[in-house]
Amino acid sequence: MSVKNKRLDLSYSQMKWETIFKRILIVMSVVMVLLVVGTLITLIVKSMPTIKSLGIGYLWGKVWDPVNNVYGARPFLLGTLLTSFTAIIISTPFSYAIAIYLGEYNTKGWLSNLLKNTVELIAAVPSIIYGFWGFFVLVPIVRTFETKIGVAPYGVGVFSASLVLAVMIIPYAASLGTSLIRMVPSPLKEGAYALGATRFEVIRSVILPFTRSGLFAGILLSLGRALGETMAVTILIGNTSAIGNTFKDIFFGPGNTMASVIANEFSEADHDLYYSALIELGLVLFFVTVVINLIGKRIITKYTNK
Amino acid sequence: MDARIKLRNTKSVLFKALIIFLAFIITLPLIIVLLYIIKMGVVQVNWNFLVHEPTPEGVAGGGIANALVGSLLIVGMSSIVAIPVGLLAGIYLSENPGTRLAYYAGLCVDILQGVPSIVVGIVIYFWIVKPFGFSAISGSIALAIMMLPIVVRSTEQTLLLLPDSLKEAALSLGVPYHRVIMKVIIPCGFAGILSGIILSIARIIGETAPLLFTALGNVFFSTKVTGPMESLPHLIYFYAKSPYQDQIDQAWGASFILLMFVLILNITTKLITRRWNIQL
Repeated sequence: MSVKNKRLDLSYSQMKWETIFKRILIVMSVVMVLLVVGTLITLIVKSMPTIKSLGIGYLWGKVWDPVNNVYGARPFLLGTLLTSFTAIIISTPFSYAIAIYLGEYNTKGWLSNLLKNTVELIAAVPSIIYGFWGFFVLVPIVRTFETKIGVAPYGVGVFSASLVLAVMIIPYAASLGTSLIRMVPSPLKEGAYALGATRFEVIRSVILPFTRSGLFAGILLSLGRALGETMAVTILIGNTSAIGNTFKDIFFGPGNTMASVIANEFSEADHDLYYSALIELGLVLFFVTVVINLIGKRIITKYTNK
Repeated sequence: MDARIKLRNTKSVLFKALIIFLAFIITLPLIIVLLYIIKMGVVQVNWNFLVHEPTPEGVAGGGIANALVGSLLIVGMSSIVAIPVGLLAGIYLSENPGTRLAYYAGLCVDILQGVPSIVVGIVIYFWIVKPFGFSAISGSIALAIMMLPIVVRSTEQTLLLLPDSLKEAALSLGVPYHRVIMKVIIPCGFAGILSGIILSIARIIGETAPLLFTALGNVFFSTKVTGPMESLPHLIYFYAKSPYQDQIDQAWGASFILLMFVLILNITTKLITRRWNIQL
């Protein structure tokens, strides 16, 4: 009798643990939601002073002069957009090439694995190392190049930052593209081959159209990375809030991105408006990267479910 | 007719050549960066470099012991926070697909994965640094947030791959739910979960931006987790801007050490996933 009671007690305590365990699982998932909601609320509340006093015009204001309490985010918006899109334009042909090579030409074997691992390694190297290397190796080269084409030879600036950024974001689009191209149903390809298409024609008129939206999602994910990338850009972009007037001056001259200005000036900010102006940049950055990532993820799920 | 076929074939061959050229040429920058860091860094590294604190600026000698120990401490503390939370959230997501909470939690994990690291730094500054001051702990929490999405997703993906019959067999024997998860499901997916954890550590060990306003950096050796602490990436950032040549040299050495950490962690992940044949 007593043995039976003991067993019953044991199974009651197990049942209790089971409930507790399930509750813990739920709590941990709620933590994920709270982190995101908390981040959003913190950013909005802390950037309230700027939103209230400067309104939407802040984002397009031309001058950033904390000393005289004048804040305008245009230099940083331009800097972020310019570096990110230049990086995307440079990197896209390479990511597509890697995706096509690994997804279609060479899907197995040591060479394919080697390239795949090397590309993944590009994403693994910390961004501070890219920045540090770029500052001491790439910048002098860019300076020589700038002297040759006849623009002010700063070396650091939007152009250098974009170059390093372009390399850094390749893996995101490349690895997604690879797996999507591998998923193209072979009857489609075989049909095209049977009609006498060459390999190039199969890629151009079967594989690429079939994977188009997926490849676009890969580019979006890369863009999300590029927009928020901080350290490499902070070291390479030259950190000036006064940008040139012509496109050539802006592109080859030093600048600032939203992320780099936060990294540089957040610890120097000495009054509320300055603080909240920087935090509003963080809010914009958060918002934009979230939207881009969610659109990208949505396209991918839609695509892989089909 | 023959000429046209020839033209199409040539086009196809040329395209292949172009693709191969583009795909391989882009590994060149990576190789150059790696070789350069190794070349500049390896001459800096010796025993003294690893076990000494930095000397005052302009004084030769000194090492990066403060950053090395700081990085390990900060990353260790982040792991202690992020691994249990991420693991449990990942279990929830794989066990309860289709619930409303799973949908929103999954969405938030996706969002967290995309949040720029500098934004995490700002937020932790307001949550922890403002009330308690700059500390290694605040840096660890910032890094833990960066770690979470990777741990959650890899746990979820691994557990989804396990056959349902495993769980059903254990449950039919009358094993309570939490023991099924802890003693059957997790051990079965252990390799996948472990590689996700190692990968997330490899990612955060090089993160600088979240530490700028949290762990702050410290020129002295410190193991006090409630005070500012140096870390490898922060030391590199700090020294990279230095006017003193020997600090720049030391930054190359520190980059080399950091790179080795990252490489070893990544290769370990690769070995685990290959051995157990897991897709991450």
